[in-house]
Amino acid sequence: MKYLDEYRDEKIARALAQEIRERVTRPWVLMEICGGQTHTIMRYGIDELLPREVELVHGPGCPVCVTPLEMIDKALELAARTDLTLVSYGDMLRVPGSSSDLFHAKANGSDVRVVYSPLEALKIARANPNRKVVFLAIGFETTAPPNAMAVWQAHREGLQNFSVLVSHVLVPPAMQVLLAAPDNRVQGFIAPGHVCTVMGYRQYEEMVQQFRVPIVVGGFEPVDLLEAILMLVRQLEEGHAIMENQYVRSVTREGNLPAQQIVEAVFEVCDQKWRGIGTIPQSGLRLRPEFSAHDAEKIFGMAEIKVEEPTECISAQVLKGLKKPPDCPVFANGCTPESPLGAPMVSAEGACAAYYRYRRHKVLQERACNV
Amino acid sequence: MCLAIPGKLLDISQKNGVRAGRVEFGGIVNQVCLDFVPEAEVGDYVVVHVGFALSRVDREEAERTYQILEAMGLLEGELAPSAQGPPETVE
Repeated sequence: MKYLDEYRDEKIARALAQEIRERVTRPWVLMEICGGQTHTIMRYGIDELLPREVELVHGPGCPVCVTPLEMIDKALELAARTDLTLVSYGDMLRVPGSSSDLFHAKANGSDVRVVYSPLEALKIARANPNRKVVFLAIGFETTAPPNAMAVWQAHREGLQNFSVLVSHVLVPPAMQVLLAAPDNRVQGFIAPGHVCTVMGYRQYEEMVQQFRVPIVVGGFEPVDLLEAILMLVRQLEEGHAIMENQYVRSVTREGNLPAQQIVEAVFEVCDQKWRGIGTIPQSGLRLRPEFSAHDAEKIFGMAEIKVEEPTECISAQVLKGLKKPPDCPVFANGCTPESPLGAPMVSAEGACAAYYRYRRHKVLQERACNV
Repeated sequence: MCLAIPGKLLDISQKNGVRAGRVEFGGIVNQVCLDFVPEAEVGDYVVVHVGFALSRVDREEAERTYQILEAMGLLEGELAPSAQGPPETVE
């Protein structure tokens, strides 16, 4: 497929890896924020192509992974109602809440449906005027415009049986928390290409200034990521910290203005709890009061709940890039994609699931044995 | 979750007051909302996420960067035998 295949070209990937090897003189720790990028790195073995000096740590950019337990429990509470259809993106169904998950709710007779697009959730609401239809609206900035558009359309059409349970997160506040932490190890960031397709990269320029850290907006194919890593290594070796854009075919500095406008019209910024990390100020989105007729938490009078996370799961440190998945005592041994304890094992884009799927823990063990 | 893939815009229409179009992804055709890419025209490539086009692929930028990358790959190919040993060697 055009604009995909050519960015998977092995010859170019090896040339970029060679260039990185030639540039590197000392260790550097780089973080890719987005779970989609983590997945590409593991799938294509990009970490193994890199010289040992370049360490990749994996950021918190998987919205499924950081959706708080409380939100899953609220979705389960709604799914238990017989007059209600709960609609969700597929990844959310296996995420464990404090006692169950949506897959089990569905298996036990709840009306839980999976959609690819929020517009399909609207269709379900239109076709079933006598049922309440709640869409579990999760995501980063990339998914905020489509989710906002669904609410906007429901509002315009007077679709009273459609509402959303919102758990939206924003990337820059989370990066600021990572950078400001005393134990931060990250020296350069690959910014998420599709978040920046929507939002542009002005906010990231501010972080480059504030923390003197290089940030490169990166795409999602192997050649994209290797080029972004090369751009970061060049900057670090030369002592620079500037904002660069590798993913120029999709990202502009200003981003997508019509998409930003619909998000601004429907949502407002709020404090948000991240699973494994905790509450980060001004890092989430909630519906504006004008759209409260479509706010599931208000309509169904859902109480604020607080749930403790499993203590044996080290996802907090994995999401902050402080530990790697195989460092966890229950990784692949009590926690697997089939029965995940923590969210990074659930979504295909979670760091733990990516390591498990591509058997990266075995590779690391073998490497250690060969030293 | 933030997965978005490029596809070719085949046609443009109006659906429920929304600008929509059919987009082809390697043989699979899907209906996509085009409200966020008013500049997209039939024949353009658009980057699609959960049924919404989020950007129009900038062909000139894509071609320019790809030519630079390709030149790197070709250069490496010429140097490979002496610098790195046979090409099938995997590090």
